[in-house]
Amino acid sequence: MSALVVDDDKVVRRMHGKLLTQLGFETNAVENGQEAVDLFTSGESYDFVFMDMEMPIMDGTEATQKLREMGVKSTIVGVTSCNQEAEKQAFVEAGLYACLEKPLTRDAISSLLEQVAKK
Amino acid sequence: MEIVGQLQKQYVEFSTSLYREGFLDEQFIQLQKLQDESNPDFVVEVVSIFFEDSEKLINDLATAIQQQVVDFKQVDAHVHQFKGSSSSIGANRVKNMCIALRSFCDEKNLDGCLRCLQQVKHEYFLVKNKLETLFRGISHLKENIDSFFSFLIHHFFRRKK
Repeated sequence: MSALVVDDDKVVRRMHGKLLTQLGFETNAVENGQEAVDLFTSGESYDFVFMDMEMPIMDGTEATQKLREMGVKSTIVGVTSCNQEAEKQAFVEAGLYACLEKPLTRDAISSLLEQVAKK
Repeated sequence: MEIVGQLQKQYVEFSTSLYREGFLDEQFIQLQKLQDESNPDFVVEVVSIFFEDSEKLINDLATAIQQQVVDFKQVDAHVHQFKGSSSSIGANRVKNMCIALRSFCDEKNLDGCLRCLQQVKHEYFLVKNKLETLFRGISHLKENIDSFFSFLIHHFFRRKK
């Protein structure tokens, strides 16, 4: 399984990347939504995309929308510490499979994988 | 071996105090769990990134708050990022001060922001100092364990001869 971490924070990219690697994912990381869209446009694909909501250049909501418009079928999971419900709702409606709280934990990802497997 | 035992005890006491006093939370334990044989210095590596990024963010925040016309949205963006990274490594008191600073940003309360930023800086430098002490302690312990085992091996082979 492959995963793309999309987050403007280097600490978060490093930690989430390592966590996903330990859980068996082949992992890549980019700094913002535009870079994520560029990767998919260039032909790369990932089973999972862990998308931060608030990023410069292109935020998670816009990136998710663009990826879905491109026909990307990856499981896109929002990752945010934002407590603004309206903004989170817009993020989910852009095309997320789920929205998890930041920072990601082993339990949260294991739970997510179980849900996805049942799909 | 006694020195190793003493160092271990000091390390455990110091480490426990960091959680008890709220400097670190459970997330630091999660960070430690990410360290493995393929990345034996992962914790130090990530915390070093945190230190580097945090000091840049603190400077950016100070600059943003000191503008003639303060862009509170920009200030909030910096605080949001600082809150995110401090939360990720378990720097609990820094995270909580960032949450307080965000409230002042929401209210566009410049005096509140200025005061709170000083507290953010204070908490950051406190936890930085604590973590550097923790890592020095680990390094000292490892050196003593290595010396002890080198002594044992040397002593064992001398006796075998």
